[in-house]
Amino acid sequence: MRATCWHGAGDVRVEHVPDPRILNPRDCIVQITSTAICGSDLHLYDGYVPTMIEGDILGHEFMGEVVETGRAVQNLKIGDRVVVPFPIACGACFFCERGEFSLCENSNPNARMAEKMWGHSPCGIFGYSHLTGGYAGGQAEYARVPFADIGPIRIESDLPDEKVLFLSDIFPTGWMAAEACAIRPGDTIAVWGCGPVGLFAMRSAYMLGAGRVIGIDRFPERLRIARENCGAETIDYQETDVLEGLAEMTGGRGPDACIDAVGMEAEGHGIVGAYDRVKQALRMQTERPTALREAIIACRNGGTVSIPGVYGGFADKMPIGSIMNRALTIRTGQTHVQRYMRPLLDRIQAGQIDPSFPITHRLSLDDAPQGYRMFRDKQDECVKVVLKP
Amino acid sequence: MDTVSLRQPTLSPSDQRPVGGLPSKLGPRSPRRTALASSRPRVRTDRQLAKGLGWFSIGLGLGELVAPRQVCRAIGVDDHPAVMRALGLRELAAGVGILSQPAQPAWLWSRVAGDAMDLALLAAAFMTAERDRVNVAVATAAVAGITALDVYASRQTGMHVRSQPGHLRGDGSVRVEKSIAINRPPEDCYRMWHDFEALPRFMQHLESVRVTAPGRWRWVARAPAGMSVEWDAELTNEQPGELLAWRSVEGSEIENSGAVRFLRDRTGRGTIVHVTMQYKPPAGALGAAVAKLFGEEPEIQVREDLRRFKRLVETGELPTIDGQPSGRRPAWYALSGGSNR
Repeated sequence: MRATCWHGAGDVRVEHVPDPRILNPRDCIVQITSTAICGSDLHLYDGYVPTMIEGDILGHEFMGEVVETGRAVQNLKIGDRVVVPFPIACGACFFCERGEFSLCENSNPNARMAEKMWGHSPCGIFGYSHLTGGYAGGQAEYARVPFADIGPIRIESDLPDEKVLFLSDIFPTGWMAAEACAIRPGDTIAVWGCGPVGLFAMRSAYMLGAGRVIGIDRFPERLRIARENCGAETIDYQETDVLEGLAEMTGGRGPDACIDAVGMEAEGHGIVGAYDRVKQALRMQTERPTALREAIIACRNGGTVSIPGVYGGFADKMPIGSIMNRALTIRTGQTHVQRYMRPLLDRIQAGQIDPSFPITHRLSLDDAPQGYRMFRDKQDECVKVVLKP
Repeated sequence: MDTVSLRQPTLSPSDQRPVGGLPSKLGPRSPRRTALASSRPRVRTDRQLAKGLGWFSIGLGLGELVAPRQVCRAIGVDDHPAVMRALGLRELAAGVGILSQPAQPAWLWSRVAGDAMDLALLAAAFMTAERDRVNVAVATAAVAGITALDVYASRQTGMHVRSQPGHLRGDGSVRVEKSIAINRPPEDCYRMWHDFEALPRFMQHLESVRVTAPGRWRWVARAPAGMSVEWDAELTNEQPGELLAWRSVEGSEIENSGAVRFLRDRTGRGTIVHVTMQYKPPAGALGAAVAKLFGEEPEIQVREDLRRFKRLVETGELPTIDGQPSGRRPAWYALSGGSNR
């Protein structure tokens, strides 16, 4: 089969590789009909995520048709149309039982490696380095899905792929980020990053009762989508100082909650930005947490900073004093996708949201390398790339 | 999810009866807690002594480096500033080593070696000195006193190291103790562990375990260089749902014993599985190979064994990527073997 493989920073190639096969009784094999490139894939593409090995197959947002099931899979049969969640979860451990699927204790074969890095290991993830298990990802023609009795959700309706694909990651991610803000009716929510996750966070915030949502970015097309599709007010951080702008918009108090949908490769500005860039280039700092620092400082006293943006290691100069002295709540984590797929599918089917709105480019799987470059460089007003194998 | 067994369980009712005779080595019900070695009072005083000697080394070393002539004069030896500086460097190195690794006996023993060198030099100086014999004598007495302290500190530190789990003890045995939380009741965990023939599924160093008689098993373990080691083991205690203890029989190549406790956790629904194992590698070449048999770090080996056991109990399978597809690998990849242990 063809698969998108990582070969170093800035180097992804579509190669011919063997088809996946059932390795464990609870596996299934999915023939992939649609798959997407995620913002977090760009961290792999830019070489900032450690433990990648040349040849690793990328991709964690995918859906398709079940073509084979392991002998212990009862809930799925060949021919079922499924969307696959990006975290791999067993359903039986302490965390899965609590609905915290991205914290599964049993799905990461490299748990010991993750423990050394992070203290304890989270779940395994498709196509996201050997720290999370090294599982082959879904930017390919086929994928092996472990714990198929827990993860994939069956799509019974005839909704096209584009309307359900994002249940795999970015819609639940935006939703969980907004839910984490504990929104009270009328609250003001500020979202750093008007990429796909930020856009879903804005839509979700309104659905959860927010009164006012403010999107922060610098790319005109993204700010436009935030205004037109998500009903948000926007701040272009190249034109306006973000902290001042937010203060103006909230009577000086600051937003009730701030969502960092940017993550570890934030664009820096000024001296602090230069500091972050240099240190990250020298690998003396693993992150560039510009947006996160801003979100913390901007948040009102007692508010919540919700972090769906992906980080990997250690960030310098965190305003822990601001967090402590003003009683901020920090909520974060990899999305517990399995928990949200059913309720969000219901909302899609009820017509409350058409999740295909961020898609700007539809490419063949063979054009994945161009897709990555375009997505990273925001060429051609690129916001979201969907690949068809 | 239905109860999953490691394989088809083959317990007969008679196996459930507790084996009479030898009491469990673990004693009373609550797990013996291994206090952190560094928190015991004797260890703290010894650690302070070691650090004191470390600082003494640094102070003396600096003095010898910076003012070698004055030191020579003070201890009554001839003026050899170059030699004194070299001795100063040695002292500094020992001091830095001790302060950065106070639990490591090797640095303290290096001080003893240095003391022996100093005593030898002082003895030579005493023979040749004419005027300053008193100074040399006093210096010698001082060094002798320090030597005694160094030897004491070295031995104490070594002893504390050996009493930690995973290390070779005075009698040549290794002891390991580990526990893990499992989200299933103790009875389920007990039943799966009692199926000894399935132990190799999660104990990686075992090749096979076969019943040879009721209450008796033949264990075969993998050793490096394609060797294998075998021994017979017997169950010494079983309390259903709570405890299993086993021991290699008299005359085994490797004496070893183990016990696993299944403790209900605070929610009442899960289990804390607590394992203690000890083994005594035989002497000689086989011993050296066997020491590696359980891995250079037996603690890690047991921890990973328990993680595999937990995964088998909770999910019925072990997560793996062995056999999955990938693109073209770099040249070194073939040497790394399986990426999934």
